[in-house]
Amino acid sequence: MKKLRLIIKREYLAKVRNKSFVIMTFLSPILMVGMIVLIAYLTKLNDSEQRVVAVLNESNYFENSFNSTETLSFLQFKDITLEKAKDSTTALGFYGLLYVPNSSGIEQVAKRTVFYSTDSPISEVLSKIERVFQDRLRENRLQSAGITAKQYVEVEKEFDLALATFEGEQNLEDLNIIRALVGGAFGYLIMMFIIIYGGFVMRSVIEEKTTRIIEIIISSVKPFQLMLGKIIGTSLAGITQFTIWVVAGGILLIVALAVFGIDPMILLDRSNIQTMTAGAAQDFSPEDFEKIKSVGREILNIPWFTLVSSFLLYFVLGYFIYSSIYAAIGAAVDNETDTQQFIFPIILPLMLAIYVGFFSVFSNPHGPIAVGFSLFPLTSPIVMLMRLPSGIGEGGVPYWQFGLSILFLVLTFIAIVWLAAKIYRVGILMYGKKPSYKELYKWLKY
Amino acid sequence: MEHILAANGVVKQFAGHTALDNVSLTIPTNCIYGLLGPNGAGKTTLIRIINQITHPDKGEVLFEGAPLMPEHIAQIGYLPEERGLYKSMRVGEQALYLAQLKGLSKAEATKRLKYWFERLEIGDWWNKKIQELSKGMAQKIQFVVTVLHQPKLLIFDEPFSGFDPINANRIKDEILELKKQGTSIIFSTHRMESVEELCDHITLLNKSKKVLDGRLKDIKQAYKNNIYQVGLQVSNANKISAEAILNGFDYAGLEILPEENQINCNIQLPSAETSTLLNALSAKGNINYFEEKIPSVNEIFIKAVEENH
Repeated sequence: MKKLRLIIKREYLAKVRNKSFVIMTFLSPILMVGMIVLIAYLTKLNDSEQRVVAVLNESNYFENSFNSTETLSFLQFKDITLEKAKDSTTALGFYGLLYVPNSSGIEQVAKRTVFYSTDSPISEVLSKIERVFQDRLRENRLQSAGITAKQYVEVEKEFDLALATFEGEQNLEDLNIIRALVGGAFGYLIMMFIIIYGGFVMRSVIEEKTTRIIEIIISSVKPFQLMLGKIIGTSLAGITQFTIWVVAGGILLIVALAVFGIDPMILLDRSNIQTMTAGAAQDFSPEDFEKIKSVGREILNIPWFTLVSSFLLYFVLGYFIYSSIYAAIGAAVDNETDTQQFIFPIILPLMLAIYVGFFSVFSNPHGPIAVGFSLFPLTSPIVMLMRLPSGIGEGGVPYWQFGLSILFLVLTFIAIVWLAAKIYRVGILMYGKKPSYKELYKWLKY
Repeated sequence: MEHILAANGVVKQFAGHTALDNVSLTIPTNCIYGLLGPNGAGKTTLIRIINQITHPDKGEVLFEGAPLMPEHIAQIGYLPEERGLYKSMRVGEQALYLAQLKGLSKAEATKRLKYWFERLEIGDWWNKKIQELSKGMAQKIQFVVTVLHQPKLLIFDEPFSGFDPINANRIKDEILELKKQGTSIIFSTHRMESVEELCDHITLLNKSKKVLDGRLKDIKQAYKNNIYQVGLQVSNANKISAEAILNGFDYAGLEILPEENQINCNIQLPSAETSTLLNALSAKGNINYFEEKIPSVNEIFIKAVEENH
């Protein structure tokens, strides 16, 4: 135990003191925040650009319809010909010219209206103008059909199918997505952690092999102790790095946004618009507000305690399974270039888990594919976490599935760590052999 | 305790080949024990078994009469042939780490390291990184780390490789000093002159089997072949007279020095009985020297391995 602690300490210190590790730790949040700030800044710059659209209205309609907004203003041309208006528009550097000719009836006017511009106009301008016409046309059509605006709203009212669980809990259509996103974030975190720090473990093993210090150490400690200490020490360094990334990144982001005077809502707005597919730029109706409120409620309703504690469980088991495979690979080879053939089969189930998660678990968290992959131990740490935000028990992941998944994971954990330790034990003292899978199989029997 | 270590019928097989085939040996306490053998004879496997890095398939190894246990690791110091250190770690920190892995407390390890660093005049390396040191310098640190925990049994595998003659001598003196203090030492090398110089006992492994072991003196006695080196002064040294004198004896390497009137040669006798030869020789001239030829370890090594073929 004392030796294990010594090894963990050395591995941890060796990692944290490593120059490139230190640089990565502190540079990454700066780069990340820099990028976010840059994007936000450019977005703001883009949005704040004032576009002027000239309007030549020869008709009797649309008199006061074109209202300027923060980013788009309309300028009325009066009593000039179309040719002159075009020349003036380009001469004044306006964004475009909206030509509304005179004709009989609003429908005809609308049909013959043309928007002139140098390049094809951006959708923001276009949709704004189109909506003006759309509204006026609708109004006109309703009138001729003898329907009041109020009646129309009644007619057009959207229908949302009410969802509920059998317990009578109110539910939401978007719920699966929200839950899957939360679970997906945890699953993704596990995958990233395994790939980054598993690789660290592997390189550390290779270093001990190539410097031959392994020969000296191995007479003092058991290979298994060394492997275990290496994995724990490296993961502690990884957790340190992750924590610094999150904390420093968070602080930096807040500071940077404050310094550059960027409203963080700019970024959030964008993502909201993307997730809430209905009515991109429409103002929030009371129903939408209700929706947002229930989304918030759902996020609070996610069983965080279950989720976080199972995250820790799956994280530890999953990480140990994979990093002991990484350690075995490191022991089997003489240098990093030989690792490729072994790394791919490790990355494969991880990628599979993420893809299965995003394509299948999002839409059907308790379907057969989701269940299968959340039981299979090499993918369960990621896929099960995507399912878990809906809780364990009724309405969520059945107890037996959760139990079976953990059981499989623990059994695999024991088997893999045992096998990896065997390969590791033989491999660290083998030099100059390019290992094949056949060779590794032989080592298992040593 | 008479024996620090004993191996009884040790067998170790790796997929397809036998690395050690029923090897038994006893290593007396407080001696330097040469573990010799051609490449691939099984020396490293045996050393790894003693260090409990691998375990024998059959047979047992006793340390001071008790079966090898994990606790014995603290009683053994091992300097492997292929050795290295963490390149980017500082010398002192690294030595402390390795010493603590052997069970020393940090304070004790620091104290002893200071002593050894002073003794080998490497005190100012404490804060250097290994990558700044030469190979020989790193070897010195490895030596210190091996002996620091004052083990009862030391195993040196090619301890002098990488050292210049001066430092090799330093290390040799330290090894002899450790022996004087009561340490038992297993010494594995291909440099026969250092075996000659240091070893009390030797064992020769060949093709996974023990072919020879015992006290070096006894082995030399056993391998001497009744060959005597003779220098005889005669009145007229030439080929004809020499052949006349030596007629009836099995001789080789005849050398005639006409100016000194001396003939030198090696004579092979059928037994250790020398009086016939001596009488015959002294009747013909003056015996300048008469010496039994003792085989060198090198010769014994080659002969034993060839006989084993």
